[in-house]
Amino acid sequence: MTAFTINGRSVDVTAEPDTPLLWVIREHLKLTGTKFGCGIAQCGACTVHIDGEPARSCQTQLQDVAGRKITTIEGLSANSDHPLQKAWVAEQVPQCGYCQSGQIMEAAAFLKKTPKPTRQQIIDAMDGHICRCGTYMRIISAIQRAAREA
Amino acid sequence: MSQAIQSRIQASPLSRRSFLVSAGGVSVAVTFGALPAEVFGAAVAPGMDKGLSPSAWVTIGADGTVSIISPASEMGQGVMTSMPLLIAEDMDADWSKVRIVQAPADAKNYGNPGFGGAQLTGGSRTTPGYYEKLRLVGAQTRKVILASAADMMKVPVDELTTEPSVVVHKKSGKKLGYGDLAKSAKLPDPLPEATKADLKPVHQWRYIGNRKIPRVDVESKVNGKAVFGIDVQLPNMLYGAVLRTPVQGEKPVSVDDAAARRMKGIVQIVPLPYGVGIIGETVEVTKKAKDSIKVTWSTGAKARGYTSDKLLEDYRKIAADPSKKGVDVHKEGDAEAAIAGAAKVLSVDYLTDHVYHATMEPMNATALVRNDQVEIWAPTQSPSVTQGFGARMAGTAPEKVQVHTTMLGGGFGRKTEADFVVDAVLLAKSVPGRPVKVIWSREDDVQHDKYRPLEAQHIQVGLDAKGNVVGWRHRIVAQSIFARVFPAAFEKGGGQDGSVTEGLEFNYGVPAHHVEYIRQDNGQDVGFWRAVGPGYTKFGVECMVDEIAQARKMDPLHLRLELLKEQPRAQKVLRTAAEMAGWTKKRKEKDRALGLAYSDAWGAHCAQIAEISLDRKSGEIRVHNVWCAVDPGVAVQPWNIEAQMLGAITHGASHALYEQ
Repeated sequence: MTAFTINGRSVDVTAEPDTPLLWVIREHLKLTGTKFGCGIAQCGACTVHIDGEPARSCQTQLQDVAGRKITTIEGLSANSDHPLQKAWVAEQVPQCGYCQSGQIMEAAAFLKKTPKPTRQQIIDAMDGHICRCGTYMRIISAIQRAAREA
Repeated sequence: MSQAIQSRIQASPLSRRSFLVSAGGVSVAVTFGALPAEVFGAAVAPGMDKGLSPSAWVTIGADGTVSIISPASEMGQGVMTSMPLLIAEDMDADWSKVRIVQAPADAKNYGNPGFGGAQLTGGSRTTPGYYEKLRLVGAQTRKVILASAADMMKVPVDELTTEPSVVVHKKSGKKLGYGDLAKSAKLPDPLPEATKADLKPVHQWRYIGNRKIPRVDVESKVNGKAVFGIDVQLPNMLYGAVLRTPVQGEKPVSVDDAAARRMKGIVQIVPLPYGVGIIGETVEVTKKAKDSIKVTWSTGAKARGYTSDKLLEDYRKIAADPSKKGVDVHKEGDAEAAIAGAAKVLSVDYLTDHVYHATMEPMNATALVRNDQVEIWAPTQSPSVTQGFGARMAGTAPEKVQVHTTMLGGGFGRKTEADFVVDAVLLAKSVPGRPVKVIWSREDDVQHDKYRPLEAQHIQVGLDAKGNVVGWRHRIVAQSIFARVFPAAFEKGGGQDGSVTEGLEFNYGVPAHHVEYIRQDNGQDVGFWRAVGPGYTKFGVECMVDEIAQARKMDPLHLRLELLKEQPRAQKVLRTAAEMAGWTKKRKEKDRALGLAYSDAWGAHCAQIAEISLDRKSGEIRVHNVWCAVDPGVAVQPWNIEAQMLGAITHGASHALYEQ
């Protein structure tokens, strides 16, 4: 049993200690907004916050999160109204949408530290998140909009 | 209409207020009554619920909610919005009250006329294929609504008009909402039919071409609620993994799965013709078990020793050797004679390597087998293919296979295939009554992709003394996609493969044009990849046009305008792109260059100009700007078309510069 907090809720999970956090979140806790893309921390689709810091959940083991606070896309805001989520809709960013949870979680942690980023800072921060549909241009616009409107 | 569908409707408690008619080959079904429980937003709706036949296109609820079927697979291209929008336009529904329901596998009702009626999303055929059909569905729905309203309001039907979701009787000033109609309307008998004459004229369009309409799926894709295939959760569900052969075509000779069988949580190890299947209680245990299994594989497969570098060279030689005959794809005039008599002949080879699809969502599917009934949940581009393969693998009839099409985390042609569905059904078959979700590893997804075909193109162009093109000869060498996926049609068509050669017939005015396809088979499957043929054929064609411009010392824009002088739409996109880019303007920065290309693929006209720089030390090419002008015909959703072009430019640049 490993106890931690996820989206403000305390949970106890029974799984092997080396189970990737990604599968704990997706298949044990059924929070499927966090995505499996590569399993080797190369695509960013599995990004969540651990104690407020962005982390690749596919490379984090269950035993590493005991007693810690995890936030997934489902817990980013109460009503889908985080400034980034609103900006994402306003700019119509997603196409297939599969990578977008990870993109938004990364951007949310980034904006917290860098509320008024330059375009280059956005590009540097988001580098390492792959979108095969090629939504990068609109991702940049949405982060700029969120920074402006937040 | 099939008996099966009629009887399903009659069996429904709402049947007295449901109807289904056929008109001019178009089936329309409208149901007044209870709303389906599942509408788009919270989840991908698994068809209409509560015993109501899912074969209806439109359901109007008493609260005015209009549910419309989305017949195609949503993989990012926006069809979950644009297809229902076509129905909403002609039935004059209030778009804010529309909810989308994903179609079940039912090619008879929801098949794409552009694919001979198969329910398949791909090949850029969704909008052109469904456009007229769905508008007619909308028009007929509106006529049914008007006739029902006339009956209720006791007025002649020709005195009625509509506003969004409201029937209006101008003479009396009376209005009746579609929802009010749904409460107590009687269906007209006989049902009115709709023809093209009933379609809304362009000046009355509210939704088609409206820039302000957002996509219906976006909200669910920013909060984690959209349900992709990999997200499917079912009671009592097991997980599956498959250890696949390292070389296509090999088989397991001996399997040592002793360690896997000892693992807690492993339910079954299933021998498969192409590998070993593992079923377990958790994802993690199936992965561990897979890693522990040792297999000795056969060694006789054709693909063994397959090397793309060597094949590219082989293909290049075949393409350039006129004694190697292929099939004629296009023949106009005598290109060979024209080239033989030309003042100057340009001859260039173009090679394109395999490219990996790399959908962000790896292959996966979930299946449940109970007696002869099969249920499949899959991120599939083709419910028809899924249903067919599901039936074959389970040894049952296609009508006993129910398919739930989820959201697709990318498709790009890869998810027209059935290999991931086959995995799920074969594993589920060995644990009847329990659903099994099979998830591929990223490594398997890369290794077992159906790559974009590797191709060699040999192009010869003859110019007369003035530099005019007198003949164009184009030989293309590649494996065939059709030979594998549509073998009967491939044979019947005499060995033609449009997916490999499309884009080679073009709008450029050349007096003699000969295109040949020389098929190879080297044992490695190739498949449909975004844009399909034009992705590689236009690369060859457009580079060759630039070669001609250079030989004539002519501006490549002017040459294209000259070759397209009969094509006003082509001229317009070229001039527009040139104007936006400042084509003739000298760049301030050092080492910058502009390049231009035009495509007429799929009846759309597109011109793009890229501004690049070359780092002469490292050889790195950097793309600074791309200007794009596109005329796709009717732009159903302009905002989304812009997104698609942005994505396509990024995708194209990625594989041209990095993915080889």
